[in-house]
Amino acid sequence: MKQGTILKKKALSNNSFEFLVYAPDIALSAKAGQFVLLIVDEFGERIPLTIADSDPKNKTITLVMIVVGTSTYKLSKLKESDTLYALVGPLGNPSKLIPSKSVVFIGGGLGIAPIYPIAKFYRENLKETKITTILGAKNESLLFWQDKLSTVSDRLLIATDDGSCGVKGFVTTVLKDLLEKEAIDLVYAIGPLPMMKACSNTTLPFKVSTIVSLNSLMVDGTGMCGGCRVIIDGKVKFTCVDGPEFDGHLVDWNRAFLRGRIFNQEERCSYDIIVDKALNKNN
Amino acid sequence: MSDSIDNKNTSTPSSQKQRPTLLPVDERVCSFSEVSCGYTEDQALTEAMRCLQCKKKFCTSGCPVGIDIPSFIKCIREKKYEDALGIIKQYNSFPAVCGRVCPQEKQCESQCILNKKSNSISIGLLERFVADRVSATNTSSIKISNQSEASYKDSLDNSKKFKVAVIGSGPSSLAVSGQLSKNSDIDIHIFEAFHRAGGVLVYGIPEFRLPKTIVQKEIDELCSKGVKIHLNTVIGKSISLEDLQKDFDAIYIGVGAGLPLFLNIPGEELGRIFSASDYLTRNNLMYAYRFPKYDTPIATGDRVCVIGGGNVAMDAARTALRLKSKKVTLIYRRSMKELPARAEEVEHAIEEGVEFLPLSAPVAFESDEEGIYVKRVKCIKMELSEPDASGRARPVPVPGSEFYVDTDVVIVAIGSSANPILTSSSNLSLNKRGYIETDESGATSIKGIWAGGDIVTGAATVIAAMGAGKKSARAILEYLHNK
Ligand SMILES: Cc1cc2nc3c(=O)[nH]c(=O)nc-3n(C[C@H](O)[C@H](O)[C@H](O)COP(=O)(O)OP(=O)(O)OC[C@H]3O[C@@H](n4cnc5c(N)ncnc54)[C@H](O)[C@@H]3O)c2cc1C
Ligand code: FES
Repeated sequence: MKQGTILKKKALSNNSFEFLVYAPDIALSAKAGQFVLLIVDEFGERIPLTIADSDPKNKTITLVMIVVGTSTYKLSKLKESDTLYALVGPLGNPSKLIPSKSVVFIGGGLGIAPIYPIAKFYRENLKETKITTILGAKNESLLFWQDKLSTVSDRLLIATDDGSCGVKGFVTTVLKDLLEKEAIDLVYAIGPLPMMKACSNTTLPFKVSTIVSLNSLMVDGTGMCGGCRVIIDGKVKFTCVDGPEFDGHLVDWNRAFLRGRIFNQEERCSYDIIVDKALNKNN
Repeated sequence: MSDSIDNKNTSTPSSQKQRPTLLPVDERVCSFSEVSCGYTEDQALTEAMRCLQCKKKFCTSGCPVGIDIPSFIKCIREKKYEDALGIIKQYNSFPAVCGRVCPQEKQCESQCILNKKSNSISIGLLERFVADRVSATNTSSIKISNQSEASYKDSLDNSKKFKVAVIGSGPSSLAVSGQLSKNSDIDIHIFEAFHRAGGVLVYGIPEFRLPKTIVQKEIDELCSKGVKIHLNTVIGKSISLEDLQKDFDAIYIGVGAGLPLFLNIPGEELGRIFSASDYLTRNNLMYAYRFPKYDTPIATGDRVCVIGGGNVAMDAARTALRLKSKKVTLIYRRSMKELPARAEEVEHAIEEGVEFLPLSAPVAFESDEEGIYVKRVKCIKMELSEPDASGRARPVPVPGSEFYVDTDVVIVAIGSSANPILTSSSNLSLNKRGYIETDESGATSIKGIWAGGDIVTGAATVIAAMGAGKKSARAILEYLHNK
């Protein structure tokens, strides 16, 4: 079997999917916090996805994605036993184990997937640490992996925008409440940029260290292009080799937002074409 | 229709240099086709006849790998092209590549006795002619898929006496592999981070200068000799150097320089400001010039500024023209005389309409109202003072001479430094700039590991990288047989 073969595909919602991918070398060396770069087909671009789980014994990794553009649209159309055109990893630095008494892991939207391996890593290595996980989504149907996350957490809290599950509100509502009530020494937040920024802003007055994982645009993922550059504490860093995890209090969020939009026009055009094509085929 | 120069009256020796046919400028800027068509047989013969066949081979002394140039030129005169290629290949594994990209005017051709009258033999073009000519007559084209196996371990060949791992697949790695593959008792495995082999030859140097089919041919030939290529494998990340040491008797590191330098001036993180390697990789490796057929986008715009003056800057500027930019300005801090790029590339860039702004340096980038994209470059005029450590005149800013250049896209091509992705996870001795320290043969501080090419010398040339690979191959062979 070739590296990159899809063994299992599962829909998490109407536009997000979980893939179990055959990748022996990656599964063997993957650590929490790392990512892969993949190309869907011979015309594809190189896109980064966090390794949401890895299983060295069965030589597989788990990837979770949501359709946001051309590449993720194409990826969502792959079937079991299809093979990715290219798959490389693990890339980026692994998560660091920071000894703490009480840690809060926050996964917002698709960020639920990448937060899991880090929570698991902490659970396995810091037996005494109290682990709280907060999951957030627009509504209940967009939540997933509650079971997996509850096995690695002492406490699982949920926030939905519409209140269909858990607290009505954002993950920051729940986070703020916790910070006010108890001593927390570390927060890990992964999700859309605005959510990571909001979490960092929430913890700042409490002086609780907060780690976020940035999902910059990438080409090589090995420090060769500088396309993934972000500003951390006023200095230029490359997300792929210096990150992807950074201190949320030092990220220049404004810049990170703007850099994420660099190719908006081009991506719109490419996405429209691909969706048109798919519609025509169906007609 | 062509731009070739009148070739009449060329039959007498010592007559003028033969000029190759070039693609007309208007055709060039709307395609990525190769610009120089190289010599026809007649032109090659005429050019070869001009060679004085000096007893003392000055040209050879200027060649980084010491090709016996007069002898191969003699073979061309006799139309013994296979023999000519045989001579070149004793020294240079990739004449079709080097004939196209070597800075001949600074190497062999600068030493040619006829160069005193600025009329040196066009050695590079002759080298290219021989390589292209022989490969055109050799129609047996082998097509080998580079798709990697699930794990390299599954493809180790235990029937062979020795195993050698080669990290990276640029010219230095290809040269090592080519050389070692002549020994049938060595199992050779190349590990490449990208999804395509060839290094800078495929992701850096554009199609219009070096067609990718030429590089692919060299790679297919290696594969046909049993060399295995594992793509999508980053050593230091996917597999550690220590793991390779367990499975292989010797290792060669040819990972290139590959960390792009930025100017570190305000506004550099704005949208549509690229490093040249970002811009060129998107275009060459990912085919962004065929967007949206290919998914990788690239920023286009009417006005493009390129910062730098080397081959990389020329390639970026000429690529921008081909992506339909109306005005491409190259900002360079020294004068035209100091441009480090190959002379031919500068000439072609000028013909194609690249505008040069020498003696100027950017000091800041300013954005549009939304703050997303770059809108103009603030520059300052420079003047040249005494030569610096590199022997080139040192540029110094002229106080109060700031000016602005409006632009839609900026490409920063000011060089690269050592990429630490492999070296930082190893115990290899590095120099203070982060490059790997080696002896003459490329041996590193760790027994059984050699290194060469840009990761040892810093950004240099294809021929130097290749020469280093060949040298290390000899040392590796000796090591294996004494093991
Ligand atoms: C745009 C451009 C134009 C140029 N033009 C010219 C020219 O006209 N003439 C000339 O002589 N020279 C030119 N050069 C310079 C020349 O290309 C380089 O000096 C030469 O390619 C260096 O060869 P190399 O084998 O050391 O490395 P590279 O060609 O850089 O190849 C290194 C390879 O290693 C891979 N790699 C890196 N890290 C790892 C890892 N950890 N694991 C696995 N693989 C890894 C990279 O992906 C890459 O494919 C140019 C360079 C550029 C960028
Ligand atoms: S993706 Fe190219 S440097 Fe990070």
